[in-house]
Amino acid sequence: MATVELRFSPLTSHVRTARIVAASLARQVGLGEETVDEVRLAVGEACARAVAIHEALGLETPIVLKIDDGPYTLAVDVCDCGEAGAPEPHPGLGLAVVTGLVDDVVVERGPGGNHVRMVWPVLTPIEAHREELATRPV
Amino acid sequence: MRAVSHRDPTGMPESLSGGDIAAEERKGTLVDLSLETRTVGDRTVLAVAGEIDVYTAPKLREQIVALVDEGRYDLIIDMSAVDFLDSTGLGVLVGGLKRVRAHDGALALVCAEERILKIFRITGLTKVFPIHATVDEAVATAG
Repeated sequence: MATVELRFSPLTSHVRTARIVAASLARQVGLGEETVDEVRLAVGEACARAVAIHEALGLETPIVLKIDDGPYTLAVDVCDCGEAGAPEPHPGLGLAVVTGLVDDVVVERGPGGNHVRMVWPVLTPIEAHREELATRPV
Repeated sequence: MRAVSHRDPTGMPESLSGGDIAAEERKGTLVDLSLETRTVGDRTVLAVAGEIDVYTAPKLREQIVALVDEGRYDLIIDMSAVDFLDSTGLGVLVGGLKRVRAHDGALALVCAEERILKIFRITGLTKVFPIHATVDEAVATAG
């Protein structure tokens, strides 16, 4: 399992940077082009929302994008430093797109900020096992 | 960092052209989005190329507002060369639709890429915009 973490200043110009990193990793772990497009869009929406939260609060602290590629999943966390319980900056549309695209999404609010966690399956455990058997030396 | 400006077919160049973006911003355009307007009869075709996202969408909004201010209420937004569209971009398109409708105008879109149409489908906006596969088809259809 490997981790990539990107911290970026809450600028809309860096949302694309985050998209590029996420899409690049999605390709690396072998996700199909359609899923790579989903990753790109969903991560972009989550990051744009995080930037809007920081802008609304006048925060200059960076937003953190954390991507873990496990044997079976690609897990992406977008973390902002917003207040728990604060109203959504763009009423609904960005998160609506994320929840429409991604089966496994969790939006968590905590004292340190908010997380939007999105998980894409890469290999099922059976596929992972088969692959391991196929590559095992005889 | 040597400036590189390009878009690959998948809309995801691996290089980050930050220096290039700064240079283009000074010139008043964004590397990641280009806009071109032309008229076809009494309709205006706004051809958009590149990525419409939270960063570039304001530029598109500005252009739509300018067209409406000029009295152009029958718009066709050609997105055939758009590589990426997010919800901010959608919001700008919805805003454009409202603006022209306030003058009894119309706004149609040209887009045949499934990867771009997807966000319209997810948000239900395929029902709100007339979407055509080509500019010719859009022009042939009454606004």
